[in-house]
Amino acid sequence: MTVRMSKAIIEVADAKVSFAAVRALAGVTLAIRPGECVGLVGHNGAGKSTIVSVINGGLTPQQGSISGDGEPLARYGINAARARGIRCVFQELSLCPNLTVVENTRILHRQLGGLGWRRRARLVIERSLDAVFPGHGIESDRTVGDLSIAERQMVEIAMAFSDAGIAPRLIILDEPTSSLDASLAEQMLAHVRRFVASGGAVILISHILHEILATASRIVVMKDGRIVAERPADAWTEHGLVEAMGSVVKGEAHRRTLRDLAKEPVVIAQTGRGLPLQAKRGEIVGLAGLAGHGQTRMLMKLHAASTADWLPRRDPAVTFVAGDRRLNGVFELWSVLKNFSIASLHDLALRGVVDAGAEAERAGEWKRRIDIRTPDMANRMLSLSGGNQQKVLFARSLATRAPVVLMDDPMRGVDVGTKQEVYEIIRQEAQRGRTFVWYSTEMEEVCLCDRVYVFREGEIVAELAGDAVSEENILAASFKGEAA
Amino acid sequence: MKLTPSADAIRLAIPALSLAVLLAAVFWLQPRAMSYIGLNLLFNLAVPIALATIAQMLIMSVNDLDLAMGTFVSFVACVAATFLRDEPLVGILILAGGVCIYAVLGVVIHLRGLPSIVVSLGMSFVWAGLAVLLLPAPGGQAPEWVRSLMTMKPPVAPMAIVASVVIAVVAHLIVMRSSLGVLIRGIGGNQRSVERAGWSVLAARAAAYGLAGVFAVLAGIALVGLTTSADANIALRYTLLSIAGVILGGGEFIGGRVSPIGAVIGALTLTLAGSFLSFLRISPDWQIGAQGAILIIVLALRLLLNRLENREKRR
Repeated sequence: MTVRMSKAIIEVADAKVSFAAVRALAGVTLAIRPGECVGLVGHNGAGKSTIVSVINGGLTPQQGSISGDGEPLARYGINAARARGIRCVFQELSLCPNLTVVENTRILHRQLGGLGWRRRARLVIERSLDAVFPGHGIESDRTVGDLSIAERQMVEIAMAFSDAGIAPRLIILDEPTSSLDASLAEQMLAHVRRFVASGGAVILISHILHEILATASRIVVMKDGRIVAERPADAWTEHGLVEAMGSVVKGEAHRRTLRDLAKEPVVIAQTGRGLPLQAKRGEIVGLAGLAGHGQTRMLMKLHAASTADWLPRRDPAVTFVAGDRRLNGVFELWSVLKNFSIASLHDLALRGVVDAGAEAERAGEWKRRIDIRTPDMANRMLSLSGGNQQKVLFARSLATRAPVVLMDDPMRGVDVGTKQEVYEIIRQEAQRGRTFVWYSTEMEEVCLCDRVYVFREGEIVAELAGDAVSEENILAASFKGEAA
Repeated sequence: MKLTPSADAIRLAIPALSLAVLLAAVFWLQPRAMSYIGLNLLFNLAVPIALATIAQMLIMSVNDLDLAMGTFVSFVACVAATFLRDEPLVGILILAGGVCIYAVLGVVIHLRGLPSIVVSLGMSFVWAGLAVLLLPAPGGQAPEWVRSLMTMKPPVAPMAIVASVVIAVVAHLIVMRSSLGVLIRGIGGNQRSVERAGWSVLAARAAAYGLAGVFAVLAGIALVGLTTSADANIALRYTLLSIAGVILGGGEFIGGRVSPIGAVIGALTLTLAGSFLSFLRISPDWQIGAQGAILIIVLALRLLLNRLENREKRR
């Protein structure tokens, strides 16, 4: 075949990227040649999104080189990538909802300007929509915000395949079919095959394994920021992919001891689409699955169901540990002490006035218990390291009287030492009868749980308990196979 | 096929409807207003307000807010009544400088990630101070050409109506039809995707602010043309009036959802609300409160329609 002879459209060599304490890419080498569709699979934190950002120019690796068409590219960025015909469809929708389809086309294609651009943009997007989704029925002068989610995704995909001067050569599709029904997904995949057959290249990321197996010519499996396996698609099976995504060696050391909770009362329950969720007293319940498949929404629902809308309750039923510290966790300008005590001011106040002595005492007690490393609790919150900030957020929740703790992937970007300490605290608190509902994107943490619910596409698709809580089972449930 | 009107049409229908209702009420109370001169008197103060509203709308379309609009328009009015008349060249230079400062503010706000409310609040004191330096006491005189432009008597419709239509059409062409307008609204809608497409958000934001400066300068000049003389505090109300006009006209504080035609209608409605209350013989003490009540009613109406629309979509 001529494929092997042609030069790679883009080649990333030994790319390394880290964000603070987290290593996102640990030396990845990947070349994409014309006429191939590369399937990219891996669990949360494997580095899929990071390598995609490197390829589309949104992120410069701290180490490693990028070359295109055989020439090394010294200054590579979004504009250089676009000029080379590299396009990306992101997992979260990235159109401007207040603009029409035509106007969004204008934003994407900078070279469309000049008088009469509306007519040209309309032609470009309608031609592409007709090619990818024949019979789509989307009028191009409608505002994107008025379209349904599936229609928006169709527009976005068609936008990536559209040609207005610079022909697309490499298209990165990150979970492109997540809001499309089966027939639309098949239309899109058929177009991917046509595009590849005519010499284009595609990187396909999907949690639906049979899509990847049927469409890709080569499948790359990532784990912990590395490429762990790379083979032609016909050499893979679904089972083989799931196995490759898991780790080979698995320490049983930090595995929890099995506890008999059958007699404990149920403290929180929620039914929705898929299997119902419930948690018993003293239980650690894990929410697993790929990120963004409805776990956070479930936590929000649990929280909303047990808190009052208007007046605070005397006895809080649930407490929440935020994952995105900056967004909904930390009060940046406050001291460590104030950040800690905000959730339990009710208990520390006497007739509406906070008892400073009691506040300091309680804070000192928790500082000792979970070892918050700061000389003085009156220091600014931001003087702490990320891991210590997270410990303060834990202490904030644990210091309340709430029997149920909801955790929204709280260990993101926390160093290993702190993680181990927090795991220990969680175990102790669970022994004392606290219930934890823990959404985590890290397999190691999910395996600490007594029971695990696996989410896929917004619903609970599997409930694993006891010895069934294993990486293999969770991976198998997170990725959709042929049978599903 | 759907036959329901688009969301944008509904958005525009409410301000248009409220204007029509208010106008009908005014005509009913005071039939003599239903004439060429009557309409001009009702609406001529709406022209500068409409221009300021368009300026505010440009800033709101990039998710910012300008709290210096009123003092800047006052400052422009003072410049127009002094320098622009006595030394036109210096006057033009000063006004061009004002527009440039607006563009620079856009750059600073973008580069430093500052809240526009804080920056513009600070600038409002600067403009107010400059205006007082120019005209410590009310005075000055409008340039002849501005005066004659604003008091022109075109056939068929009075000047106030003609000017409003011209403003609406020009603003619509710039904001809704041109590439630059799309880019500016795109920043309000989803700044990240505009960036990912390789545009300079910095330049676009500066352009939005610069354009807003141009419309605000026009507002100040138009105001002086109507009042013949200026005062450092002449347009302080314009800050809130312009924000209210944008919202009344179907715009939103964030998300880049704006409508220039709606904004002009919003400005007309606000002006008319004042006259309506005078015709009702409501004492001036109560007028501002009553004006607020009208605003609340119209906005509540829109909230209601939005909710209906969302329910429709969910189905």
